[in-house]
Amino acid sequence: MNSIEVQDLTKKFGDFTSVNHISFTVRKGEIFGFLGANGAGKSTTIRMLCGILEPTDGDALVGGFSVMNDPDSVKKKIGYMSQRFSLYNDLTVEENINFFGSVYGLYGKSLTERKKWVLDIANLYGKEKLLTDSLPGGIKQRLALGTAVIHHPSIVFLDEPTSGVDPISRRSFWDLINDLSAEEITVFVTTHYLEEAEYCNTISLINAGKIIASGSPKELKTNYLKSTILEIECESVVTAMEILEKENFVDETSIFGNHIHISVNDKYKNEEQIKNILTNQNSIAVKSIDKIVPTLEDVFIHLLEKPES
Amino acid sequence: MFNRIYAIAKKEVRELKRDKRMLLVLFGFPVFLLIVFGYAVNFDIYHIKTAVYDQDQSTLSRNFVSSLTSSKYFDLEGYVKDESKIQSLLDTRKAMCVIVFPKDFSKQFYSKQAVKIQILIDGVDANTASQVKGYLTAAVASYSQKIQAEVLAVERQNTYTPVDIHPAFWFNPELNSTVFLIPGLIVMILIITAVISISLSVVREKERGTIEHINVSPLSTLEMLIGKIIPYAIISLSIAAFILFAGFILFGTTVKGSFLLLFISTLIFLFASLMLGIIVSSVANNQQVAYQLAALTTLLPSTLLSGFIFPIESMPVFLQWITNLTPAKFFLVILRDIMLKGVGISAFWDQLVYLIIFALVLLSLSILIIKRQNAAQ
Repeated sequence: MNSIEVQDLTKKFGDFTSVNHISFTVRKGEIFGFLGANGAGKSTTIRMLCGILEPTDGDALVGGFSVMNDPDSVKKKIGYMSQRFSLYNDLTVEENINFFGSVYGLYGKSLTERKKWVLDIANLYGKEKLLTDSLPGGIKQRLALGTAVIHHPSIVFLDEPTSGVDPISRRSFWDLINDLSAEEITVFVTTHYLEEAEYCNTISLINAGKIIASGSPKELKTNYLKSTILEIECESVVTAMEILEKENFVDETSIFGNHIHISVNDKYKNEEQIKNILTNQNSIAVKSIDKIVPTLEDVFIHLLEKPES
Repeated sequence: MFNRIYAIAKKEVRELKRDKRMLLVLFGFPVFLLIVFGYAVNFDIYHIKTAVYDQDQSTLSRNFVSSLTSSKYFDLEGYVKDESKIQSLLDTRKAMCVIVFPKDFSKQFYSKQAVKIQILIDGVDANTASQVKGYLTAAVASYSQKIQAEVLAVERQNTYTPVDIHPAFWFNPELNSTVFLIPGLIVMILIITAVISISLSVVREKERGTIEHINVSPLSTLEMLIGKIIPYAIISLSIAAFILFAGFILFGTTVKGSFLLLFISTLIFLFASLMLGIIVSSVANNQQVAYQLAALTTLLPSTLLSGFIFPIESMPVFLQWITNLTPAKFFLVILRDIMLKGVGISAFWDQLVYLIIFALVLLSLSILIIKRQNAAQ
C-alpha cells in the first residue's frame, strides 16, 4: 500500500519551473530519502505534499487525500518538522507539547498519554518546566520530532531535521526515525548528509526540478554507477586530481579528504598507469591505490556531473 | 475550532508574560503618554512673564498693574527704568510682554481724554502671542469699564453697554484643554498599542520560523488571527479602562454618556486597529520593520490627522480626504460625543458604520495578502 503517490507534480513561479513533472510513490512505513542540492526543488516539493503550496499542474495523494483538492484533510494526516527549528523557544517543554497537542485536536486523557510519550522519546522526564531555549540542540530536535508526531500521523515529513546537530545526536535521532518506521509511520526525509541517506529504504535524487535517480541505496550504487572506482592516497591531492582529470582513461574525479576517487573506463589497464603519471612524470608520491565499492556520494557526483541528455 | 483558537490565545499570553520588553511597551507607554499629554501639553497659557515700563509712576498706573498681576495669567517680572532695557528683556526672553505707560497717563485720564498704553509682545510663537494679546485686551477693556462705571456713578448717571455678549461654553465650561485631550489620548494610545502588539506577535512567528509549523498544521489562517487578536483586544480594553480611571483621578475627566456604548464602540475601533496591525505584519518580514511601520501608520496619523490636536476643518481639502485613512479620526468623534457631550448613538452611528467597513476591508485585504504570500514561497 502506498502512503504517497505523486503524479506529474509541477510548480512554476512565473517563468521559472521549480518542480518539473515529477512522479514517484512512497510505500507505507518506509523511510523515504529525498535528496538534492539547494534550489533543486526539494522544499517546493515538500511544501506541495504538505498542502501549503498549490501545485501548478499534476497532483499527489498524501494519506489518500489530494493535495490539489483537499489540502485541509492532508494537513490532518501528516506531521511536519522543518529545518528551521519549529518549537517556541519562549515556552517551556510542557507548554510546547500542550500547544501542539491542542492544535492537532488532542485533549484530556489522550493528550496526557501522548505527552508522556513525547517526554519519553526526548528524555525530558522531570524537565517539563524548562524553557525550550535552554535545551541542547540534539534534545530540542527530539522534542520537535515528538511534537510533530504527537497526533500519531500516518506520514511525517522531516525537512533537513538533523542540520546543525552533532554526529552522536544525529545517530540517535536516526534510531528514533527507525522506531517511527517500525510503528508503520511513513517517514519522508530530506537531508544534506549522504551517510544518512544510507539509512533510508528508498532514495530519490532531484536535480533542477526533475528526479534523476531513485531506488534503494544498494540499487543506486549498482545500477547507476557501472564503472570501477579507485581510491588513491597520495601527496598534494589537488594537483594530482587536476593531472588525472586530463587522462583519457579517467571519467570522473573527486576529493575525499586526503584521498582521490576516480572512476575509470575500459582504457584503464592497471595501477602502474597511474603511478607512472603521478610519480614518474610529476613526482607526486602515491601511497596506495585500491579498488573500492562506490559510496552514495560517488553515485551522486556521477549523476550530477553527467551532461543533460 | 474553538479548542485551536483557545490554544493559540493561551500560547500568546504565555509568550507575552515572558517578553519583558513587550510588556514594558504595552503598559509603560500609555503611562508615559498620559503624563506627557496630561501635564506638558497644555494649550491654556498661564503665568505670562510681564515687565512694566512706567513713565507715569502714578497710583493709577500701579493700580492697573496690580489688577493685572493678581490674576494667574500674568506674573510681574519687574519694572524697567528706561526704554533701551525693553529690547534686551524681550531678546533674552526674560519677559513675554512689556506694558508701557505714557508720561501723562494719569493726567490725561483725569482730564477725561482717552489714554493709550502700549503693549509689546514677543511674537515668535504666534499662537501664544495672539492669546496674550487677547488676555491683555480683555483685561484693559474690563478695567476701563470698571473705571467708567465709577466715574459715571460719581456724576449720578447710569451706565450701559449697547451690545454685549454672554458666552456660554457647552460640554467643557471651563475650557479646560486636558478634558478635551483625554479622548484623543485614549484613541492614540489604543491604536498604537493594538497595532504594535499584534503586528510584532505575528512577525515574530515569521522571523523564528514557527509560522511554518503552524501553516502545516490543521490551523487555518483565520483561526490563528482570531486566536492572536483575542488576548491583545482584552489587553487593549484594560489599557483603555486604565486611562479612563487615571484621567478621572489625575484630571477629573468623567464619562457623561453611556458606558455600554463606550465599550461597544471601543471594541469596534480595536477590531479596526488590530486589522491594521495584521496588514502591517503581512507586509513586514522582521520585527524591526514591523515596529517602524506600525509606528508610522499609527503615531503620526493619530496625532496629526485625527483631529486630536489640529482641527480637520481647517486643513486643506485634499488633506481632509487623507484623514479618512485613519480609523482614529472616526473613533475620536465618537469618544468626544460619548465622554464630553454624553449624547446617544443617533449622533455618531455613521462613524461606527465607517469603522466597521474599514475593519472588514482591512480583514479581507490581509487574508488576501497572506494567501498570496503563501503561494509565492
